[in-house]
Amino acid sequence: MSSKINARRHIGWSVVGTVAAVALALLWAFPLLWALSTSLRPELETVSNEFHWLPQTWTLDAYAKTLGAGNVLRWLLNSFVVALGVTVVTMAISLGAAYAFSQLRFRGRNLLFGVAMLAFLLPFEALLVPLFRTMNQLGLINTYAGIVLPQVVSPVVIYVFKGFFDEIPADFREAAVMDGAGPLRVLWSVYLPISGNIVWAMAIVTFIAAWNNFLWPFIIVTSNEMMTIPLGLTQTYDAFGVRYAQLMAAALLGAFPVALAYALFQRKVTQGFLAASGLKG
Amino acid sequence: MPNDLTMNPPAPAPARTAAPSSTREGLPALMLLAPFLIAFVLFFAVPAFETLYLSLTDSSLTRTNAFVGLDNYHLLLNDPSFWDSVANTFMFALMTVIPLTALGLIMAMLVNHFVRAQAWLQGVFFLPFVLPISVMTLIADWMLQPSSGVVNHLVGGQRPWLADPTWALPAVAIGTVWWTVGFNLLLFLAGLRNIPQDLYEAAALDGARGFTLFRAITWPALRPVATTAFILQLIASLKVFGQTYILTSGGPFNTTRVTLHYMYETAFTQSDAGYAAAIAMAFVAIVLLLSLLQALVVKWMARRDA
Repeated sequence: MSSKINARRHIGWSVVGTVAAVALALLWAFPLLWALSTSLRPELETVSNEFHWLPQTWTLDAYAKTLGAGNVLRWLLNSFVVALGVTVVTMAISLGAAYAFSQLRFRGRNLLFGVAMLAFLLPFEALLVPLFRTMNQLGLINTYAGIVLPQVVSPVVIYVFKGFFDEIPADFREAAVMDGAGPLRVLWSVYLPISGNIVWAMAIVTFIAAWNNFLWPFIIVTSNEMMTIPLGLTQTYDAFGVRYAQLMAAALLGAFPVALAYALFQRKVTQGFLAASGLKG
Repeated sequence: MPNDLTMNPPAPAPARTAAPSSTREGLPALMLLAPFLIAFVLFFAVPAFETLYLSLTDSSLTRTNAFVGLDNYHLLLNDPSFWDSVANTFMFALMTVIPLTALGLIMAMLVNHFVRAQAWLQGVFFLPFVLPISVMTLIADWMLQPSSGVVNHLVGGQRPWLADPTWALPAVAIGTVWWTVGFNLLLFLAGLRNIPQDLYEAAALDGARGFTLFRAITWPALRPVATTAFILQLIASLKVFGQTYILTSGGPFNTTRVTLHYMYETAFTQSDAGYAAAIAMAFVAIVLLLSLLQALVVKWMARRDA
């Protein structure tokens, strides 16, 4: 008797859970679906008084116009160059530093690592004014280098890599050293191959974060041609006026690369974000 | 901003034993560290001290002028615009942090529960988090349009949400919740998967079901994760700038002008770098204070549970 009641209650919870899951999923998918539905209409339909969930006339016009007008392709290219630059430089300098902090013995190692980790404490936002002044003095306003360089100091990446290297048994390194390999060689052909997963995870997360970064490019870029896609999308009002089909097409074009990256590397993306939040290595 | 992950200062790693001769490795270490150290000094250490120094001067965006001591800070304490911006920032944090933490937990439990639809469900909830901020703001702006927006179509009316002093900040907050909840979902999902399954099985044998299981097993196990999520989110919310800047430019009537926006305006439109640096220092003080508070709370909770 009581088990029957329990079973019935259990089914009750399943129904509540299913309804909640479906409702939340629809709510969360809706903005993107609505943007998609808008982007496939002729411009007139978006300002019409009649309301329709789906386009009355389906057209790719908005996409053609978006790609033709403005600098959307240039912005996408800029984002790609900048995100790739940030990722490659961050990975290179962080792997080297993490390896030195983890495996090499030198005076002041712990002190230096402690100082580097201080960067966790200070929000990047607090450095905007002096960073802009420095970049201005170096003549790097509106350059790829100016956008990339301040983004490559990433204590989080060094911390995660160092934690990972710390866990690798010393035998691996000692065997390689015995064979006469120098530190660079050991890092490259012993530590990197074992670390593949975490390196990829951090690289993809760094790439996505750099692709999406808004604040620093917003400060350092003033010319339309040098804008990255997140920045450029805020300019589309000026470019298109109130053409909502085109605005939604531009938004979805800007969303596509990162959505694709996420779809392809879902596991690595989640793994990377968790590692970066300090919960899992 | 949620895309940059604020972290607690990690505990120093335990010193490794049996250090071989340190002189032989000093040179390679320097070689490997040099690129990072150069970037660290140029783009972190020097700007950090420069912010402090600038805050004590009367400087413009391009020139460093007279040392004025604590004048900027005196001005700051008596500047209603600054305090309004702080109030708006905390208001925004209040409107985002609790919903983000609670929804993250609910979503994680749903994702964890539906074995077959797991990847899809997680994808739907997490995807907005990887989108650029301006994709979120473009879509939010379109949905909230007074006459053709889908929100007004659903609730009936012609309210200009983003131009309404009462609704502008909540509207931006809701957009932010949609955009960033995926990150908290991940944190809770990791927490859920760390709970040993046999705890549930044992409790189920004792006849526990539904909410009892949650109260007896899930919540106690997830409480540290919830604290972490809450504080990470609080600090991220204090750094809000892009959403309010793009969607409302701080308006209507400055009801959405947050602290970083005020700092940005002071520095880059009024070219008052000295005063902007003082705002930055005050902002850092607030964030550090909250980080410290988090460390204390976590320590206290760990001791209580021990």
